[in-house]
Amino acid sequence: MHTAPQLVLLLIMLTNFAVLGTTRLSTCIRAVALQGLLLGVLSLLLARQFTLHAGALALGTVAVKAVALPWFLEWAIREASVRREIEPLVGFNASLLLGALAVALAFAITARLPLPGLREELLVPISLATVIIGFIVVTGRRKALTQVVGYLMLENGIYLFGLTQTDSMPFLLELGVLLDLFVVVFVMGIVIFHINREFDSLDSARLEELTD
Amino acid sequence: MSGSALAALVALLVIAPLLPGVAVKTKSVLTGRRGAPVLQLYYDLWKLVGKRSVYSATTTWIFRAGPVVMLVSVVAAALFLPLDGRAAPAAFDGDLVAFAALLALGRFALVLAGLDTGSSFEGMGASREVTFASFAEPVLFLCFLTLMLATGQLSLSGMLGVPLLAAWPRAAASLGLAGLSLFVLLLVENSRVPVDDPATHLELTMVHEVIVLDHSGPDLAIILYGSAVKLAVFGALVTEVFVPRSGLSAPASFVALLGGLIITAAAVGVVESSMARLRLTRVPQLLAGAGALAFFGLILLMR
Repeated sequence: MHTAPQLVLLLIMLTNFAVLGTTRLSTCIRAVALQGLLLGVLSLLLARQFTLHAGALALGTVAVKAVALPWFLEWAIREASVRREIEPLVGFNASLLLGALAVALAFAITARLPLPGLREELLVPISLATVIIGFIVVTGRRKALTQVVGYLMLENGIYLFGLTQTDSMPFLLELGVLLDLFVVVFVMGIVIFHINREFDSLDSARLEELTD
Repeated sequence: MSGSALAALVALLVIAPLLPGVAVKTKSVLTGRRGAPVLQLYYDLWKLVGKRSVYSATTTWIFRAGPVVMLVSVVAAALFLPLDGRAAPAAFDGDLVAFAALLALGRFALVLAGLDTGSSFEGMGASREVTFASFAEPVLFLCFLTLMLATGQLSLSGMLGVPLLAAWPRAAASLGLAGLSLFVLLLVENSRVPVDDPATHLELTMVHEVIVLDHSGPDLAIILYGSAVKLAVFGALVTEVFVPRSGLSAPASFVALLGGLIITAAAVGVVESSMARLRLTRVPQLLAGAGALAFFGLILLMR
């Protein structure tokens, strides 16, 4: 029978596919927010016993990944008035196919990757798949906002991988993840703001047209 | 060959025209209208059977054979499903390919009949129907592959019958994903809303409706009935994946099948009233999504 953490991990995988398959930016953002919420729930479910630290970590994860960042991204699409990802570099069918391949690859790698003290064997393949799918979204889409969503998925994947090592490195990892997440989003926020102001568009491909 | 399976098949053939009615009724209620009676399709069929068929001078025997071949192939495909929850009337190893081929044969006959009229309009519908089918069939096989791995059986009768109950605790996630993909396939194969709107009569949006535009009288009745049976067959497939009934007694199993079919039809109605038709180019994307889900389920099993 499937355990609760396994079901949460499967749902996380489904949100990955949702981001890959949708054209609407708001759906992307909602999917990534749901993913953040699921990550928070998962970190609680995987904690050996309920401690203040585990509770605070879960709460912090949900607050940052499921509330603050999605809210920030929603604000950004309102400001920049972009609704849809049109003409991505890698088409939607192709990126779904790549996503399916990424899952296969992640499971294949995991089979050759012995990790000690694993509490949930699905954790590693799903985290690898999330990282790869994050890369696909970052590289395959044109709109800077979708690329931010891809970055977030990348970070979520790393966070998932971090959950395998919570016993040996309890605090450092979370702090690091939250910190560079912050940096990425700040940088991207500034970039988006400037791209939009200079070109009236969030298409990052137009940056190549810069001349003096 | 078991009697209860045949009895269940006959029951399925009798209640099939009920399902489109349930879908339409659900849609009407959700959008605040009264809607047509649930038994509307029975009345329509009765009316059409009493009429005379009109044939265009350009058509040949292919046009007349189309509806019959379609109905027979769908009913033959239903023979491979264990409708009583235990064993199908017909089964052999690898019959899932025959199942898919029979469905394809039905579609092929109908498409040929449409092309036979010589109308470019019906040719357009035929082209769309076949395009969608070429995307839908790989997904169907992915779902079957998942079921095959989960149960270790090579026939539909086996993979949907007794071994499925034992497979659920081990492979719940994979089977759930396969069932979900099959529901998306049900919408695609039966020309339901995100792919095609059965209620529309606007030329450019029709897919299935446009192919059967020239059929009339008893021929049209056969096509409408065949479509209803196809919906029932897919509904039964989805129901059998989600509700393994081999542990139930024969009457309880039958009630479960009936309930599953009606719930599936109502779910179709809910989908129809909650979303708009997808643009033509987006349909492959929907199927790619369904395929990705099925593939994920498959990988979970192969781990």
